[in-house]
Amino acid sequence: MADAQVISPNQILVNGQLPADVAAIRLVRKADADIPMAVTSVKPGAQPNSTLVTTTETLNTQEHYLLTATGVDQAWAISPSPLALLISVIIGSALINNFVFTRYLGLCVFFGVSRNKDTAIGMGITFTIVGMLSGLLAWALNTYALVPLKLNFLQIIAFIGIVACLVQGVDLVLKKVNPLLHRKFGIYLVLITTNCIILAVPLLNATSGATFLEAMGLAIGSGLGFAIALFLMSCAIEKVNMAPVPMIFRGLPIAFIIAGLFALSFLGFSGLKVA
Amino acid sequence: MSTNRPPPPISTMLMRGLFEENPVFRLALSLCPAVAVTTSLKNGLMLGCAVLIVQVLSSMSGSLIKHVINPKIRIPVFTIIIAIWVSAMDMILAAYFASVYQEVGLYVKLIVAFAIIISRMELFSMKHNVVPSFWDGLGMGLGFLAAMIMTGSFRELLGSGSIFGIALVPFKPLLLVVLPAGGFFTIGLIMALFNWVDVKRGHKIPTAGGGHG
Repeated sequence: MADAQVISPNQILVNGQLPADVAAIRLVRKADADIPMAVTSVKPGAQPNSTLVTTTETLNTQEHYLLTATGVDQAWAISPSPLALLISVIIGSALINNFVFTRYLGLCVFFGVSRNKDTAIGMGITFTIVGMLSGLLAWALNTYALVPLKLNFLQIIAFIGIVACLVQGVDLVLKKVNPLLHRKFGIYLVLITTNCIILAVPLLNATSGATFLEAMGLAIGSGLGFAIALFLMSCAIEKVNMAPVPMIFRGLPIAFIIAGLFALSFLGFSGLKVA
Repeated sequence: MSTNRPPPPISTMLMRGLFEENPVFRLALSLCPAVAVTTSLKNGLMLGCAVLIVQVLSSMSGSLIKHVINPKIRIPVFTIIIAIWVSAMDMILAAYFASVYQEVGLYVKLIVAFAIIISRMELFSMKHNVVPSFWDGLGMGLGFLAAMIMTGSFRELLGSGSIFGIALVPFKPLLLVVLPAGGFFTIGLIMALFNWVDVKRGHKIPTAGGGHG
């Protein structure tokens, strides 16, 4: 595989010589390798031994492409850069598809701990760290043990086991190593086991067949998204507690209405595209 | 732990799950799916039935093995029991209801993290025999199912103007209701309605729950 990259919305810079004939070039998305994309021109690039391929369709820097040419004994794989991929997955799962406001996960814990800012921040930090660890562990177990051994049906049991063991383990280690930190964050650790986000991340990764970077991005992004949601909500709830809310709406009903308003504003992120 | 306390009458156990301790609107547990899959009545109905079955089976198995397990490790054991029933349910739904499963599959798997199921096992099955556990599980499961039907039909009727995919309402439907935000609004309004009914009946509003796990 040789080097090639997307340099503008419809141009690919290929490191190497290609035949000038447009019909000889075959460019496909890795996801659907049967459908060739239309190539309009093939020109030598600015540097020696490079070729500029122009397409009619808009190319995406986030996508994987495969380029081959008849008569050339070589294939070019075009992949997004790892860092760009990681950042785009993190932003995607933290803002565009926020786990709380657009996928409605982790609501039980969300409404329970968003009563004041300190609790929200503590829970947010603890959750992000534990979520990342469990996401990566579950990904490794799934990729190297469950899938090769065809034990996919054990996914749910294995993932909940990992989460439970990890939470217990972190709890033990933290208690011994840093009792002060344990006194501050220990209570949130217990709550994490019943948070569906921590279980949803490995399940989503397993369903989509994510790579290591995508799995890590989703784990970090989901944690960050949950932390952001908690912090925003706790700020709003602290204000609402001072306000004259109609009697039947006090407590949870008004919290739901506020969450709905946040969800509405998070819709604004759906137009966001990470280049 | 008083193991042999006589169980309450069947009707009490059933009605408790439906009204006084409705898992969604009263205890505010298992909210995630209640908001997520209720964009249509069909999805809500399917998840509601799945939870009902898992709840009944888990409650009964929990009560069956209550003398065998060490109380110290009961939570992990309960979790594994639920995970086993959920895995079975997941496979059955994937095999026989493929089209609906496509939409709600993730939430079926997440039944395993439902606080309501494990809390019923902890609060009821540990102290009672198999038959009362069955009725208690059935009551709680029906309460959840009822909540799903209420939210599902409300959102589908207003959001898509139909019930079960059959068009009923002639005017342009409200898109907002099927959006993620609409789910939150709907649950908030129905919770307020439950409170309103309580006030009308002269009860005190229960101090709102949430955060039970």
